[in-house]
Amino acid sequence: MTDFTTFTRRRALGLALAAAMLPAGAGAAWAETDFSGKTIEWIIPFSAGGGSDTWARFNAPLLGKYLPGNPTVVVVNEPGGGSTKGANLFAARAKPDGLTLLGTSGSTQFPYLLGDPRVKYEYKDWKVAMASPTGGVVYGAPGLGIAAPADIAKLKDQKLTYASQGATSLDLVPLLGFRLLGLEVQHVFGFKGRGDGRLAFERGETNIDYQTSSAFITNVTPLVEAGQAVPLFSWGVLDEAGNIVRDPNFPDLPSFPEAYEMMTGQKPSGADYDAYVAFFTAGFPAQKMAFLPKDTPDDIVATYQAAFEAMKSDADYQANKEAVLGNYEQVTGALAQALFEKGTTISPENRKNVVDMLAADYGVRLGE
Amino acid sequence: MADTLFAALHALLTFDHLLYMFLGVAVGLVIGVIPGLGGIAGLSLLMPFLYGMDEISALAMLIGLVAVIPTSDTFSSVLMGIPGSSASQATVLDGFPLARQGQAARALSAAFISSMFGGIFGAVVLTGFVVVARPLILMFGSAELFMLALFGLSMVAVLAGRSLPKGLAACAVGLLIGSIGGAPATGEFRMTFGLDYLYDGIPLVIVGLGLFAIPEISDLLRRNAAISDQPALGKGWGAGFRDWYSNIWLSLRCSGMGCMIGAIPGLGGSVVDWIAYGHAVQTSKNPETFGTGDPRGVVAPESANNAMQGGALLPTMLFGIPGSGSMAVFLGGMVLLGIEPGPSMVQANLNVTYSVIWSLAVANIMGAGICLLLAVPISRLTQIRFPLLAPFMISLICFAAFQATRDIGDLLALLFVGVVGVLMKRFGWPRPALLIGFVLAPQAETYFYQALQFYDWGFLTRPGVIVIGLMALASVIFGLRNRVDDQGHVVSADADTPEHEGRWTSRAPQIVFAALMLGFLALGLTDALGQSFLALVFPASAAVVGIAMVLWLLPELVAGHRGHVAHFDSELDGELVGQPGYGRLWGGLGWIGGLVLVSALVGFYAAMIAFFLAFLRIRARAGWVQSVILTAAAAGFILGIAYMLNLNFPAGLLQAQLDLPWPFR
Repeated sequence: MTDFTTFTRRRALGLALAAAMLPAGAGAAWAETDFSGKTIEWIIPFSAGGGSDTWARFNAPLLGKYLPGNPTVVVVNEPGGGSTKGANLFAARAKPDGLTLLGTSGSTQFPYLLGDPRVKYEYKDWKVAMASPTGGVVYGAPGLGIAAPADIAKLKDQKLTYASQGATSLDLVPLLGFRLLGLEVQHVFGFKGRGDGRLAFERGETNIDYQTSSAFITNVTPLVEAGQAVPLFSWGVLDEAGNIVRDPNFPDLPSFPEAYEMMTGQKPSGADYDAYVAFFTAGFPAQKMAFLPKDTPDDIVATYQAAFEAMKSDADYQANKEAVLGNYEQVTGALAQALFEKGTTISPENRKNVVDMLAADYGVRLGE
Repeated sequence: MADTLFAALHALLTFDHLLYMFLGVAVGLVIGVIPGLGGIAGLSLLMPFLYGMDEISALAMLIGLVAVIPTSDTFSSVLMGIPGSSASQATVLDGFPLARQGQAARALSAAFISSMFGGIFGAVVLTGFVVVARPLILMFGSAELFMLALFGLSMVAVLAGRSLPKGLAACAVGLLIGSIGGAPATGEFRMTFGLDYLYDGIPLVIVGLGLFAIPEISDLLRRNAAISDQPALGKGWGAGFRDWYSNIWLSLRCSGMGCMIGAIPGLGGSVVDWIAYGHAVQTSKNPETFGTGDPRGVVAPESANNAMQGGALLPTMLFGIPGSGSMAVFLGGMVLLGIEPGPSMVQANLNVTYSVIWSLAVANIMGAGICLLLAVPISRLTQIRFPLLAPFMISLICFAAFQATRDIGDLLALLFVGVVGVLMKRFGWPRPALLIGFVLAPQAETYFYQALQFYDWGFLTRPGVIVIGLMALASVIFGLRNRVDDQGHVVSADADTPEHEGRWTSRAPQIVFAALMLGFLALGLTDALGQSFLALVFPASAAVVGIAMVLWLLPELVAGHRGHVAHFDSELDGELVGQPGYGRLWGGLGWIGGLVLVSALVGFYAAMIAFFLAFLRIRARAGWVQSVILTAAAAGFILGIAYMLNLNFPAGLLQAQLDLPWPFR
């Protein structure tokens, strides 16, 4: 059995692949970092089959193809504790040699922002290699007397019902957003995913809902055409100056700040809005991020960023990016850095306000 | 539509596509045979190969795998009494006795034919319903889903066993275990006792393996001989087919139930086999032979579990809502292929849908055919002395268990549930009742809360709710009439067990176990009372009912007349009693416990190798050469699967100190 001690996983396969790819690898521009024959583990703190897993499995072969030396990139699922377990493991164990990568999601960012005691990782230690934004659209039932986004003010004082995955899940963003808009929303918890929530909307159990962009296009557009749903606003995307602007996928829909203005007549501002923006950024523009561990040398980070950029022109990337990424381009460099900082930062007062509000209004106790 | 249907078949029937399907079927058969490993592990194995494949080949491969797992999981259920997956636990009750009577061939062929029939039935239903299923699925709101959870729970009546309070208490314990972790309404964490592992609740695979696989393994180890003393398969291939054919209506009904349970999103299908088994017993005019090798007990669950896969594809493809863990991985695979589930699956992408359906049908035939061919060689395993097989089974089960969360906690939880399972079996507490409670607890709680939020108490007047409610009521009434115990034996309320010498020494162990169950229920109640109202109401109600049942049971145990139905202790009454050469009750568990504890020290992989050598040398008394060869084979096999799954083995204390290379990491 001692043979195994000298071999790392996939070594043999990696060597074979490297040999096969040698001509391609030799022409690569990044001579200083070379992953020939190496296996890169991409830790996904979720079970196989979810959104983050699919996202990583979409990127992994492309990443291997465009990293110098064509390493084998494998997805390693480390689920548990609402993704805190895998992230803790990465924080404790990963070495700064570029051979371990962590994929996080909003579900990893939120416990960190909320100060969940299970979180033993520190985002600020890590180096962001890539950020993968997403977006979503809020829509309502025609029974509310709405026919177009401009009717949003009619929602005031109506009793709205929303199917939520939980107050500390990604559905915290709609929870905070609806509060800002002054809507009276009953959040019914315990839904397994946004698809499950959409079903409740289609059954008429709820009358306000949101779907991520690709699910909205495939599943809600037919409802809109049939007169069973009315789109209201998109959450919006961050521009380079850090402002929330209209989502290019939905140029005709107002963004959340516009919807706020339509409801209240004022531009959004203040502490509550800042808290919303922190969770919004962590949940949408910076929803999925790929990180290298603490103390990773800058040239390795740059190598990764170059690979993530180079894969974008690959035919396989182009063919499936709509289904996986929902028409949002993955970003690296300064843009990714900006999203990373904004999506992992919250002032202590704002954090306390949100935690206190969740405790008072929704009985949430972050596990002690 | 018919054009598309046949064009899809035509597209599928090319050499390339069938080859990929065969690949999927082959992997599915191997994964299905291994207890505890199911669709999630199998699909994860295939996922990396999807990259660059064409749609039809890839879907044929994935569906091929999903379709045949409930076919091949029958092998270990029938031949060893160890359920091959959670969907074939009920098959054990009658399949295993048939195998021990030398009728394995009959049981297996009846199972494979039923599986094939169920699978094809599922495909046919899909073909017809996929275009019109949307409104039907939308009829099931949270209120109806709650009632369906109740309908599932009503099966506890038929599966409650000799003593009704024991059965209901077991179900209450299951409900309580099922509510460990975050409360659906508030997210409060219940019964976590400060352990990180319990925050997500105990995974189903752990509960299934702990309750059903570990007690069987320890029993087989006590027997110390080959599983079957009969010729490997016996005759009866034709008899198996006739068994299925003479129960074709049962098979049809169970297929229909399986399909429906699969198709309703949010219900899952992990107890579909028990529901089908319960249904077979409830509707039988002559249920006396159940549990002793009645082919109906094989036909019913095996028809249902294959049909369920067809049903489960409906919500997955039409709504993008996976009904089970393996459907979630399948959905991920579809997205990786660039297919987005949704209404387009019955419009622009109808050809994709139909090729999935054809794949399902063809794979079921392929899978059943291969299983029939493989039955003879595989069944030779039952003639090997079990101590030589045991380390493989134990290692594979531990390996499967830590697929759940890939944590050492999985193994510790498995051991703990295993101890409970062994004791429940010993004292006649029905394990299916606990399992059903466990599986349905989150659904019952979530949907009840949601129904109240959406409709208030008015939900009780919805027509769907009333219909399902009446079905549940009928199921309870029929169930109480034909109650079966843990082993599938039908019991009557006045069945007498012999009273044993020494009233207290014979009763004390049962009383102590009942008291421990009472302690757990009380612990659950105490924990619940510390939560907010929405988080406490469900576990507290389950605990109160459970406590009431144990308080009903305890006086019967203490003061009941000689041979009261409440009394049962297989150490006094079981078939092993008084036979020479049988080992002690704790022998098998001791070995499993040893493996788990050494894993916690030096990590699973090193522990497994040491365990293998020690077990083969000391327990099985094998020679050094044989021990080393078997150990190397097992180590290589586990390493191969782990390598393909990109799996790190659970780490122990040693790994916290030292940075070891894979697989010892």
